[in-house]
Amino acid sequence: MPRLRAALAGLALTTTLSVAPPLAAQKRDDQVTSFELDNGMQVVVVEDNRAPVVQHMVWYRAGSADEPVGSSGVAHFLEHLLFKATDTLADGEFSATVAANGGRDNAFTSYDYTAYFQRVAADRLELMMRMEADRMRNINFTDQNVATERDVILEERNQRTDSNPRALFSEQMNAAQYLNHRYGVPIIGWRHEMETLDKADALGFYDTYYYPNNAILVVSGDVDPDEVKALAETYYGVIPANPDLPERVRSAEPPQTAERRLIYRDARVAQSYVSRSYLAPERDPGDQTAAAALTLLAEVLGGGQTSYLTEKLQFEEQKAVFSGAFYRGATLDDTTFDVVIVPVPGLSLEEAEAAMDATLASFLEDGVDEEALERIKYQLRASEIYARDNVDNTARRYGAAMSVGLTVEDIQNWPDVLQAVTPQDIMDAARMVLNRDASVTGWLTRPEGEVTQ
Amino acid sequence: MIRFAMTRLMGALFVALVVTLPARAEVKIEEVVSPGGITAWLVQEPSIPFMALELRFRGGASLDAPGKRGAINLMTGLLEEGAGDLDARAFARELEGLAASFGYDIGNDALSVSASFLTENRAEAVELLRKSIIEPRFDEAALERVREQVLTGLRSDAKDPAKIARATFDAMAYGEHPYGSQYRGTIDSVTALTRADMLDAHGAVFAKDRLYVGVVGDITPAELGPLLDTLLGPLPDAGAAQPGPAEIQIKGGTTVVPFDTPQSVAVFGQRGIEQDDPDFFAARVLNQVLGAGGFESRLMTEVREKRGLTYGVSSFLIPQDHAATLQGQVASANDRIAEAVSVIRDEWARAAAEGVTQAELDAAKTFVTGAYPLRFNGNAPIARIMVGMQMLGLPIDYIATRNEKVEAVTLADVKRIAAELLDPEGLHFVVVGQPEDLENSVAN
Repeated sequence: MPRLRAALAGLALTTTLSVAPPLAAQKRDDQVTSFELDNGMQVVVVEDNRAPVVQHMVWYRAGSADEPVGSSGVAHFLEHLLFKATDTLADGEFSATVAANGGRDNAFTSYDYTAYFQRVAADRLELMMRMEADRMRNINFTDQNVATERDVILEERNQRTDSNPRALFSEQMNAAQYLNHRYGVPIIGWRHEMETLDKADALGFYDTYYYPNNAILVVSGDVDPDEVKALAETYYGVIPANPDLPERVRSAEPPQTAERRLIYRDARVAQSYVSRSYLAPERDPGDQTAAAALTLLAEVLGGGQTSYLTEKLQFEEQKAVFSGAFYRGATLDDTTFDVVIVPVPGLSLEEAEAAMDATLASFLEDGVDEEALERIKYQLRASEIYARDNVDNTARRYGAAMSVGLTVEDIQNWPDVLQAVTPQDIMDAARMVLNRDASVTGWLTRPEGEVTQ
Repeated sequence: MIRFAMTRLMGALFVALVVTLPARAEVKIEEVVSPGGITAWLVQEPSIPFMALELRFRGGASLDAPGKRGAINLMTGLLEEGAGDLDARAFARELEGLAASFGYDIGNDALSVSASFLTENRAEAVELLRKSIIEPRFDEAALERVREQVLTGLRSDAKDPAKIARATFDAMAYGEHPYGSQYRGTIDSVTALTRADMLDAHGAVFAKDRLYVGVVGDITPAELGPLLDTLLGPLPDAGAAQPGPAEIQIKGGTTVVPFDTPQSVAVFGQRGIEQDDPDFFAARVLNQVLGAGGFESRLMTEVREKRGLTYGVSSFLIPQDHAATLQGQVASANDRIAEAVSVIRDEWARAAAEGVTQAELDAAKTFVTGAYPLRFNGNAPIARIMVGMQMLGLPIDYIATRNEKVEAVTLADVKRIAAELLDPEGLHFVVVGQPEDLENSVAN
C-alpha cells in the first residue's frame, strides 16, 4: 500500500524512520514522511532531491476564526508583527537574514491557520529553523511597531478589499452566510476593529496559540527526513508545550432555515454578476466521503469547459460569459459550495439568476455524465504525477489540511476517496447541498439608475 | 475563489525577481535539432513520467496590424476554442481526457505556448497541440464568445485604478509604438475584429523564423526530434516584420487621473537599461537595493516599514525587446499618497547621488546569486528559463557562468550606473485616485 511508509513513520515517532523502498516500488506517498516531536509539534517532510532547494514552513492552528470577539484581524496583524524584533533579532533582521542567504520569506493568514515560510538553498535549513523557532516564543515588538504596522494592514485592506467591489461583495456574502460562526468575519478584519488593535491584542493571541503543540512543521525539497528530525528536535523540540492550549471550539451555526438575498451596488462595478453560496460540510478526519462527492460535484457542475453549467449556459443557451461552481473542503467547520453566473450583455441579473436556477434544476434531473466523470477522475490521477514536480505545493497541501485537523492518513487517502465517488454519491451530494434555506444569493451591480455593463 | 488568504506581500514583488544559479545546481542542457531543422534546448528528466514544452514566438502582440489592436490577443484566446476536426467543446473534452494542460499566453514581445502532458499519451497530446497551433478553426460562434470575454475584461480594466495607471503611463511613454497601447485592444478595436483578422493575426505570429523551444522531462533527444517536426514542421518560414525600437517619450513630472476610490495607485517610471548592456548586472544589483528587494529594499523600508504608508512598493527593470524602462508601483490612501510619492522621489535622488553602501551591495549580490536555484523548481519553469535564454541570445552554458557576472559588480560600478541611470528629474508618476496635495506637472 502506498500509504504504508508514512503510517509506519507515524507510529515510530521518536524511534528510527522506515527505510525507503526501492525506486521501482515507489509510489506517490513515498515522498512524504511524518512524525511528531515529544512536545507535540507535528512534522511532515516532502522529499525532492532534484534541485538543492528547501522550503521550510511552520503552520499554526490559529486563524481569523479563532480570534476573540471584537478583535477581528488580529491573527493577520500578529502575522505582520512576527517580522519585527525578537529578543535576539532586530526589527526586520529575520527577512534580511533570509534575503542575505539568497532566500525569500513570507507568511499568510486564513480562517483556520497562520503560516510562515522560507524558500532557500538547502544547506541553509538550520538557520531558518533557528530563527523560526526563536520567533515562536520570543517576539519583542514595540508600540511604535504596532502603530506603523496597523497603518500597513489598513492600507492592505484598502488595496485588497476597499478598492475592489468584488471583494466587498464577497465580504457581505460571507457575513450573510454565517449566522453565528466566525467564518462570517473577514480574515483581514472589519476596519473599525482593525483600527483599535493594540499590543495587548496581538500578544494575547500570540501567548495563546504560538506553541509547538499547536504547530505543524512542513519541510519540502532536497532534505533527508533524519536530518530534518534531528534539526527539529534541536530547535523546536526544546520549546515547552502550552499545557493550557484552548480546545478549538467555535460558536457553531444553528440550523439555517431562511434563504438570504443581498444586492451590493458600487459605481466601480464593470461587470455585474450573480453569486450564490450554500452552507456545506467540510472534510472531517476519517470521514471525507461527503466532501469528496462535493468536490467532484463542483467539477462536474462547474469545474471547466466541459462542465454542465458551462455547456448549458455558455455554449447552448449563450446566456453566460462565465459560469462556475466552487468547493473547498479543507476547513475546520462548515464551508460553502458556490455557484456563479456572469451574464452576457443585455441579460438582466434576474434573468441570469433564473437561468442558473433552471440549469441547476435540470442537472438534478439529468444526473451525472459518466464520461465526464471518468475524464475528471483521470485528471485527478494525473494530477498526482504532476504534483511530484512541485513538492512545495504538496507541502502546502499537507500544512493546510493538517491545520484543520486532518491526519496524514486522511490526506493520503483523499485521492482514493475521490476515485471511489459514484454518480449516485454526486447526485446525493447535490440534493443535499443545493438547499436554498441555507443559501445566500447576491447580486453585484452598479447603483440604481445607472446602466449595467 | 471565494476566500482569499492574506499574505504579507503582494505577489507582484515575487514576479519581479531575476536571479542566478548556484554552483551546486546542475541543469544539463543539450541542443536538439530535428530532422526538419527545428532547434530546441532539452533537459532530460526521466524521473516523473511527463514533459513540459515551452514554445515562444517573438513579436507577440506587437505584430498587430495597424487599426487591428487586440487581434493577436483575441486570436490567442481562440487557439483552444476549436481546431482541425474538433469544435470548441470537442477540443476541451479531448484535452481534459488526456489530462494535459495547454496554456497560450500573449505579451508585448512574444506569444507563448506552455504545455505539459503525460508520457503515456504523448502522441495524442502532441497531435491535439499541433491542431491548435497549425489548424485553429476560428469558428464564428467561438469568436463571438471569446470576444465577449475580452470585452468583459476591458470593461473591468477601465474601472481598475492599477490598469488605468498602467495604460496612462504606457501611452505617455511610448506614444504611437505598439507598446503605447494595451495589447488587449480597446472596446472599439476589439468589437470591429473579424474572422479574417484572426487568420491574418495567426499568420503574422506563427512562423519558424521567430520560434524558440524549450523541453524538460521524460523524453530523449531521439524522440524529441520527430515530435518537433510533427508539431511545428508545417509552420511557414516567415511572419510579419517586427516593429522597430520604441522611443521613450515620457518626461519627469506627475499626472493625476481622477478616479473615485479610497486608495490611490501610482505607476512611476523612467528610461531603463537594455539586458545586453555591459552594465545590466550593475543596474540589477542597484535596483535590488532600491526597490526590488522585498522588505529589505530602500523603498519598502522608507515607505512601508518606517512610515506605514503602503502595503507594498517596488521597482523593477523592464528590458523589453524594443524599449527598456525602470518602473515601479505603489498604492496609498488618498490622503497619504503625496507623502509616499515624495519619499520615493527622495530615495531616487539619494541613490542617484550616493549610490549604495558596501553592505547593501554585498547583501544584494548574495541575494541575487543565492536565490538562483529557487527559480528552477519544476520542469515547466526550467523550460521557460531556457526559452528566455535563447531569446536573449545567451550561450547554452550561460547558467553556469551567470553568477560570476553578478559577483564582478563593484561598488564603483553601482555608483557610476546609479548616477547614469537614475534620473530624479525624469521620473514620472501617474497617480489614479483622489490624491490630496498632488497636481499635474511636467518637467521641461
